[in-house]
Amino acid sequence: MANVARRARLDRRYLPVVGTFVVLALLVALGGVRYDNFLSVGVLANLFINNAFLIVLAVGMTFVILTGGIDLSVGAVLALSSVTAAYLMQAGVPAGVVIPLVVVVGSVIGLLVGVMVHVFEIQPFIATLAAMFFARGLCFVIAPESIPIKDETFVALASWDTWAGGQWRITSSVVIALAVVAVAFYLLHYTQFGRTVYAIGGGEQSARLMGLPVARTKVLVYVVSGTCAGLGGLLFAMFSRSGYSLSGVAMELDAIAAVVIGGTLLTGGTGFVLGSVLGVLVLGLIQTIITFEGTLSSWWTKIVIGALLLVFVVLQRLLTLRRT
Amino acid sequence: MSATAPTPAPAASGRLGAVVRHRLFWPVTALVALLVVNTVSRPSFLSVSVLDGHLYGSPVDILRNCAPLMLVALGMTLVIATRGIDLSVGAVVAIAGAVALSFIATSPDPGSPATVLVAVGLALGLSLVLGVWNGFLVAVVGVQPIIATLILMTAGRGIAMLITQGQITTVTSAPFKTLGAGFWLGLPVATLIAFGVFGLVALLTRRTALGVLVEAVGINPSASRLAGVRARTIVWTVFALSGLFSGLAGLILASNVMAADANNAGLFIELDAILAVVIGGTSLAGGKFSLSGTFVGVLIIATLSLTVVNLGISPLVTPLFKALVVVAVTLVQSPVARRKLAARPRRRTSSGSPSGSSTSKAVA
Amino acid sequence: MTSTPAGSVGTEQGPERGAGPGGRAPVVEMTGISVEFPGVKALDGVDLRLYPGEVHALMGENGAGKSTLIKALTGVYGIDDGEIRVGGTPLEFSWPGAAQAAGIATVYQEVNLCANLTVAENIMLGNEPRRLGAIDWRATRRLAAGHLATMGLDIDPASSLGAHSIAVQQLVAISRAMVVDAKVLILDEPTSSLDADEVARLFAVVRRLRDQGVAILFVSHFIEQVYEISDRMTVLRNGARVGEYPTAEITRAELVSRMIGRTMEVLEDLQVRTDRAVDPTEGTPFLRAVGLGRRGSVEPFDLDVYQGEVVGLAGLLGSGRTEVARLLAGADRADAGAVRIKGAPARLRNPRAAIDRDIAFSSEDRKLEGVVGDLTVRENIVLGLQAERGWLRRLPGRQVDEIVDRYVAALNVRPADPDALLRNLSGGNQQKVLLARWLATAPELLILDEPTRGIDVGAKAEIQRLVADLAARGMSVVFISAELEEVLRLSHRIAVMRDRQKVAELTNSDDVGVDDIVELIASGGDR
Repeated sequence: MANVARRARLDRRYLPVVGTFVVLALLVALGGVRYDNFLSVGVLANLFINNAFLIVLAVGMTFVILTGGIDLSVGAVLALSSVTAAYLMQAGVPAGVVIPLVVVVGSVIGLLVGVMVHVFEIQPFIATLAAMFFARGLCFVIAPESIPIKDETFVALASWDTWAGGQWRITSSVVIALAVVAVAFYLLHYTQFGRTVYAIGGGEQSARLMGLPVARTKVLVYVVSGTCAGLGGLLFAMFSRSGYSLSGVAMELDAIAAVVIGGTLLTGGTGFVLGSVLGVLVLGLIQTIITFEGTLSSWWTKIVIGALLLVFVVLQRLLTLRRT
Repeated sequence: MSATAPTPAPAASGRLGAVVRHRLFWPVTALVALLVVNTVSRPSFLSVSVLDGHLYGSPVDILRNCAPLMLVALGMTLVIATRGIDLSVGAVVAIAGAVALSFIATSPDPGSPATVLVAVGLALGLSLVLGVWNGFLVAVVGVQPIIATLILMTAGRGIAMLITQGQITTVTSAPFKTLGAGFWLGLPVATLIAFGVFGLVALLTRRTALGVLVEAVGINPSASRLAGVRARTIVWTVFALSGLFSGLAGLILASNVMAADANNAGLFIELDAILAVVIGGTSLAGGKFSLSGTFVGVLIIATLSLTVVNLGISPLVTPLFKALVVVAVTLVQSPVARRKLAARPRRRTSSGSPSGSSTSKAVA
Repeated sequence: MTSTPAGSVGTEQGPERGAGPGGRAPVVEMTGISVEFPGVKALDGVDLRLYPGEVHALMGENGAGKSTLIKALTGVYGIDDGEIRVGGTPLEFSWPGAAQAAGIATVYQEVNLCANLTVAENIMLGNEPRRLGAIDWRATRRLAAGHLATMGLDIDPASSLGAHSIAVQQLVAISRAMVVDAKVLILDEPTSSLDADEVARLFAVVRRLRDQGVAILFVSHFIEQVYEISDRMTVLRNGARVGEYPTAEITRAELVSRMIGRTMEVLEDLQVRTDRAVDPTEGTPFLRAVGLGRRGSVEPFDLDVYQGEVVGLAGLLGSGRTEVARLLAGADRADAGAVRIKGAPARLRNPRAAIDRDIAFSSEDRKLEGVVGDLTVRENIVLGLQAERGWLRRLPGRQVDEIVDRYVAALNVRPADPDALLRNLSGGNQQKVLLARWLATAPELLILDEPTRGIDVGAKAEIQRLVADLAARGMSVVFISAELEEVLRLSHRIAVMRDRQKVAELTNSDDVGVDDIVELIASGGDR
């Protein structure tokens, strides 16, 4: 009886992520079969390089969604952070100061959101909406035009790369992104904070009555998300070598899609960061395939992602239905 | 249009307290404050004159510009009242414009009223279908509204692009232009359409039982279903209406510029709509809703855009300004602020309303 | 038998302050506690003393303030007046974690655990053993398994909590309380969802803890259980303390009269019985279910319900009674069998279909499936009627007023204010409003699932009387209750459920007693 229960539990909690894996495998297979050079190390390595910032965003978003909330401001905060970095470096502030500073900017915005959500009991949707407006507004004020980044330290950091196994290219952004994933994994599965995040997703009232520090945690998840957005902005700046106030528009949707496709339930309580990483890879693969296809215009990406999201969502729904 | 005031047991003083606690108090105050600021900086702000046979002036501009948002926010209020949300409205706005203008552009006689009518019909029909699609996902398949409409939001722009083939379609068509820029009986056509639809829906929700049933579904969907309320039909309907109204808004917007820009049409309009609804006092958690509140909310947002220009602030600062206003209104409207303003004795409940938690099974 | 005039409230027979059984000092002392909510004084100057090594019961009707007192003690609510001392030191708890830290652990009525986490996690959450700063999962599972063994629970600590029954979840909640080595354990209605075996198991644990010196506060409305387990009891009524009594020194009759403030004679009057002189089972049944079932829910069953008849469904928690009710009401869709109503086939595929056939269903979960909290009493009562008419044809205001006033008076809804929001009424009155909703639709079959659960004695009797009346006037009723006496008192026929199966059916008579039904349940219908 206990064994059946264990197997059943295993299935339910991990099934969505298994689904993600299947889709990932299918996409890789499709690409490999259809195009030459698709399965090359270069293509796969680029997947990580080009989406490093999205991985970081998705990790932060996972924390928030696990508690049953949502963060619509990450795209704007990403832009704010990259724009601030570009602006400061253009003004001569050394990279060593700028880099931690812009991450902190993200954290501070996250803190403000957290306070709005918890102390003022404002819905996360609305609070992060306001934050998104705020961050985007600041962007326009700081950088009406795109600011190129020429700081030597920064450029050196951005260009740094190494070759794993001699073939697989890894840039500094990838290293940072993977580090973030590792830290997030540790936080979620081995610390009180992480378990409280899951508990809140399971039932905020229950978590509170169990004596868990719900208030602190709820605020902290938004700080985490904001920090990740700030960090993502850095990675994006490294990627684009500039600060542009219209960057990151609708990127929060990509992050949310990645998290959902990665097996996290929007209602909270169930999900894994590793799943979100897989979700980002899925999105990246779709973009890659469409680029390879050549004849399809880029707006098909949106349609395909939308369709994939639909499939996943319906599947998640069927999974829940069969449970009852 | 009714605005129901959620009255907690009145601890503050009678009449004045009741006014302050009324759901519409703060939004109306904000609107009045904006108008005052505008008039102070430009005394001719509130003046309305007659020009070219129609009304002319800043207030008229506000009324005309707010028409698309008014329609979108109308649908959004109903959707939110049923505990849902519709993120796809911007995409539908884009699609509607794309469909109408593409049809007119490729038709033999772009300037004929018949062509325009068909174009409008097609656009509205497709918008309705998209709304029905959203409703299907939510009411029948049981997908969460955020996600269900997120799908259309993501894919929808791609679809609009497909229709316009990635170009910004422009046409010249006098009948179509009247939608957004024309005047009738001195008033802007767009405003007449928007206010007319708004009034119709308001009448419908309060004269019939539709309003109460929508609220019941939003407050407790399971209980409503068991009580025999056709919850599924109601949810489906509000999403369909949201799609339809967004399509109408899209037509007005496209008519304003006589162009269909799949990428930018209706960008962020869902955010403005949601904000209008929230400013107006309807809770995002669903349940009781206030159409009059949404009305004021839309006016606030429309006035804001003009205020920024009037005050000589760079338009680049508008989003920031909006954000600050939004933050301010949200804070003031937050449950915590409401409680404090109602001069309640210090009731600190970390688990929310006490009566809420005592209505459970074997109650002590 | 002392009679207490209705309305008198006072402290009687209280022990000397400071001294307790054996002269021990109280581990928790609450003095003059007052708690106010908007418009309502939930607690007014209440005293409570908990001594170590003692089980103290907190008694009172619905709305008497039991839950509020506990939440005041554990920091969920703030107190407006009065003092709490723990171990002699005055303390103020600003959040539940503080109460826990002071050694007060609580197991709430609604199992407040996280169903998405594992059993081990739920038990150890917040107190997981660490290794090098990180949570040591292996040690956590091991410790949790140990605690489970102490409770006599044989489940996999790594299994998801949500996969287990409410009864098991409750015991897990109690395990959790013991992890923090509490000096005080508060059990708020812990047995409402447990069957007899589980209650026995729980009581064994409670006694063991008591003998170890833990002070236990036991809140329950099951009078027999209170007499079985408690050493001392405090009675609350309308937010004030009526008195504190050693259990051995107060009779059940006295206790109940203290709780409701009425005399024994009145109590006997309240004992309602259905008129069983009439045998309604003749002619075509109003509803005939043949082989009706739903996979995973309940095995195919047959059931006839005649006009003017009360059919009771008896069985333990989880035996399938509610599932049967939901199938009959269209709340769940059957995947086997057929239903005939007045001889004609009927497909009850959703609640709307059942309502169209004059079937009304009152769910056991008031909060989730009945109460539309933010609407007024008036709107709630006419909701069913309005839904029947559709959204277009609004009920005329005068008709609504007439209906609402009629039912508020007939069912004695308090406060009798049709414009009050339903969520501000007590549980018992909410139940009455919900009943009014169903009665207003003039059904021919009324299905009531646990209509008297969590309701004070007075309201309970009112509802029972209502059921008997309705049957006498020709309405069919399907009545579900966990209290077998209630089922016996009201039913013409009783269907016995066990393990998702209908195992027996018997015609009620004066010779049939609780033991007979219990035996049927135990034997599974095999004789």
